[in-house]
Amino acid sequence: MDINRCKKIYGEIKVSYLYLKQKFFQLFYSFFKSLIGKDVVVELKNDLSICGTLHSVDQYLNIKLTDINVTDAEKYPHMLSVKNCFVRGSVVRYVQLPADEVDTQLLQDAARREAHSQRQ
Amino acid sequence: MDIPGVAQLFDEIDKKLVVYLRDGRTLIGILRTIDQFANLVLHRTIERIHVGNKYGDIERGVIIIRGENVVLLGEWDEERARVSGLHQISVEDILDAQREEQQQQQHQQLLRAKFMKERGLTLTPEIGPDDMY
Repeated sequence: MDINRCKKIYGEIKVSYLYLKQKFFQLFYSFFKSLIGKDVVVELKNDLSICGTLHSVDQYLNIKLTDINVTDAEKYPHMLSVKNCFVRGSVVRYVQLPADEVDTQLLQDAARREAHSQRQ
Repeated sequence: MDIPGVAQLFDEIDKKLVVYLRDGRTLIGILRTIDQFANLVLHRTIERIHVGNKYGDIERGVIIIRGENVVLLGEWDEERARVSGLHQISVEDILDAQREEQQQQQHQQLLRAKFMKERGLTLTPEIGPDDMY
């Protein structure tokens, strides 16, 4: 097998992996986009919980919240003078959602479909 | 991050922001530039050290922050800052207070590790030296 053919194959595999990975990314990105305007609680990996209205989200699941309220003991004093914030996706542990806003069946079906198409 | 069509951080340009970093530092400055990795350039930056309800400021000037080190950034709200109940002290005092606080925390860690060791367990902190936030 010559180099060019290898490169072509490797390149294709890499590209298709990224495409599929993005597809799964797309699922939650779209899911969060549907929740824009709702009140959510974002819990970070340092146990800080931020309650606010979901303003926007991006492909990396960075979250922008407006009108925030820090729901734990305000032992994070730097948050006191902040009303709107942008949270980097990589530091989020949980995003707590209002139960009545989420159609879990739909989400499950969509996730199942994604996983199925990824396996193929 | 910042891809065409997602104006998330573009809205924050030229605004005074509070940036919280992964090492626990708080920087307050005016956001001047961003890129697709959410690297930031802050202008007229001050590093604010919080201990209890006191804080101290250190001038830092222009700072470039690598995006991966940011935990969150928030818009500085003058109204909320005024009613926050924090008061400012001098840099030397705040550094002393910070040192004391760190020593106390280290002491706690030591006690916790000892406690676990006596029971045959090891304490592995969830958060490493990079993540002191």
